[in-house]
Amino acid sequence: MQLDLGDLTFARGGALLVRRAILRCLPEETLAVTGRASDLAIDLRAWCRGEGHTLLRCEAGPPLDAVIAAGPAVRQRWQGAERAGGMDTIHPHPPRRWGLAARGALVEAGTPEFRFALDDKLPVWSEDAARLYAQAAAAQWDPATAVPWDTPFELPDEVEDAVVQVMTYLIENETAALVVPSRFLAQLHPHFKEVMQLLAIQAADEARHIEVFTRRAMLKRSQLGLSTAGGQASLQTLVEEPDFAIATFLLSVLGEGTFLSLLWFLQHYAPDPVTAAVCRLAAQDESRHVAFGMSHLRSHLAGEPALAAKLMNAVHKRHDALRHTAGLNAEVFDALVLMAAGSWDPEDLAFGYDAMDALLADMHTQRIRRMLKLGFDEAQAEEMSSLHTRNFM
Amino acid sequence: MNDTLLLGAVSYDPKVVTIWEGFQQYFAERGLPFDFVLYSNYERQVEAHFLGHIHVAWNSPLAWLQSEQIAARLQRRASAIAMRDSDCDLTSVIVVRSDSGIGGVADLKGKRVAVGAQDSPQATLIPLLVLAEEGLEPHRDFEVVPFDVLLGKHGDHIGGERDAARALLEGKCDAACMIDANHMLFQQEGTLPGGATRSLLQTPLYDHCNFTVLDDAPAEAIAKFRSLLFEMSYADPQVRRLLDMEGLKQWKEGRAQGYAMLDRAICRFGTIDPFVDQVVEKCS
Ligand SMILES: [Fe+2]
Ligand SMILES: [Fe+2]
Repeated sequence: MQLDLGDLTFARGGALLVRRAILRCLPEETLAVTGRASDLAIDLRAWCRGEGHTLLRCEAGPPLDAVIAAGPAVRQRWQGAERAGGMDTIHPHPPRRWGLAARGALVEAGTPEFRFALDDKLPVWSEDAARLYAQAAAAQWDPATAVPWDTPFELPDEVEDAVVQVMTYLIENETAALVVPSRFLAQLHPHFKEVMQLLAIQAADEARHIEVFTRRAMLKRSQLGLSTAGGQASLQTLVEEPDFAIATFLLSVLGEGTFLSLLWFLQHYAPDPVTAAVCRLAAQDESRHVAFGMSHLRSHLAGEPALAAKLMNAVHKRHDALRHTAGLNAEVFDALVLMAAGSWDPEDLAFGYDAMDALLADMHTQRIRRMLKLGFDEAQAEEMSSLHTRNFM
Repeated sequence: MNDTLLLGAVSYDPKVVTIWEGFQQYFAERGLPFDFVLYSNYERQVEAHFLGHIHVAWNSPLAWLQSEQIAARLQRRASAIAMRDSDCDLTSVIVVRSDSGIGGVADLKGKRVAVGAQDSPQATLIPLLVLAEEGLEPHRDFEVVPFDVLLGKHGDHIGGERDAARALLEGKCDAACMIDANHMLFQQEGTLPGGATRSLLQTPLYDHCNFTVLDDAPAEAIAKFRSLLFEMSYADPQVRRLLDMEGLKQWKEGRAQGYAMLDRAICRFGTIDPFVDQVVEKCS
């Protein structure tokens, strides 16, 4: 084969052309290289030595007149290489040696192994992941422009305080919702690319929720509200749950599912347009988080029916662990009532309590509906829903 | 420990530990008990070799010539038993700034020539020899500006050559000496920007490192060591990791004829005479 490098120097382009030509040579075929740049012969000799090629002739010129016999190393490097699965076929147990390689890439033998704890398809995979990821990517909103921050409003002091307390509570729960998927994301085999992407964008959603709730809380105040031991104890059981399926069930199906009712409630009774907007935007994202939890748990349960008992146990265990904690703090409860009531007027307060009752009933109904969809029977769903944490998440 | 083949190597870089740990495992898995000792400089290693502390030395070209001369003086024999494919047929270049107006070797008269470490074959001894043989005597006809990084490592450390290249660009000297592979590397990494320099001279071919043994080396273990080296295939991923680190694609038979230029250089400059005398005296 013939290759003319023209005026290219070897270090800045020539090496690329020579490497490409050598790959195209047939076995035993030699490569004749010519070129007019100065110093070509110097660099070509050094390069061939480093790559294990033999220089059969090297007249420096210029012009250069060289002949290369390719060494075996180029081919040897790719002996034993394997594809990291097919682009669109999901391996039930992708090997560690595929590491971070793109699904479908040709992986050099001897690539270091990565220890990803979540490397089984069944517990993590969902056929909906790609669709949900695309939806999430398209639905990303800019906190700076999606919320009407500058709309003027003035609330009675105590109503504003109630909003600040609710926001403080939401931020804490959003933080748990960010930390939990992130921990699993870091342990997931990248072969499950769509799930990895979805968990990443889910964490980004939560980051925005934290941002907008913080910004709403600080709109009229210089300090946040209260964080209670009971609330954090409840969230700690989520953060420390090591099992992906259980954590998903508790966080996404039961917790974020319950939060959906809460966020729509807040949007509905919001005393100001900013509160309404931030709760609506968060609720829209949360529905995707719930959908993904439902989707991969459904396929996991289909492949491993015994998981159902494990999930029920987990709900019991969490309930027992939290039995002696306070659950939802009274300040948050009262703040929710006051937000729905709109004032301390007794008639309004009675309305606020009714609204709160309706919210709790809706949360319960929705949890039961989702568990029935996962295949639990009425009695099981009823029992698990009533054992769900009083902290909502 | 008696049947363990002991190799000496010089720690010019932290990766040397990783490399020889890897080789130790490779040899052990194939039934050759093998261990290594690291020296901070080649002189220490050559002396230890003659004192019988090690069986094989992974020697720089200069350390090879030191061993050869000491062996001759002691009526012993040193042989080069294997080397890397990348140790064969190297060249060095002397580079000048493109706009310097230096058109030939004679124009270096009275100029400042940057070299590497004083004991670097590729960046100092061989280029200076070539200039001397072209009629330009170092220190007399031109100024030698050394960039000593880690003396005793015989130029294995790349730092001196890079510093010399930088000094050339900054105008602190008029020419710089370096091995051809670094000439390419320095252009690729941008130390020598495209078009800023050109080479004034390329030396004839010479050889680099080898595994050196003395006449009393354990024959059987050395034979096994050699055959296991030659079996190392770049197609084997475990082996490839080691070969990549050590910078070769395959091991070759050792040969001693590629050191003639360096031999002329050290004779002319008297580079190793005091050291050779010292070891000979110690071993006599
Ligand atoms: Fe959220
Ligand atoms: Fe969420």
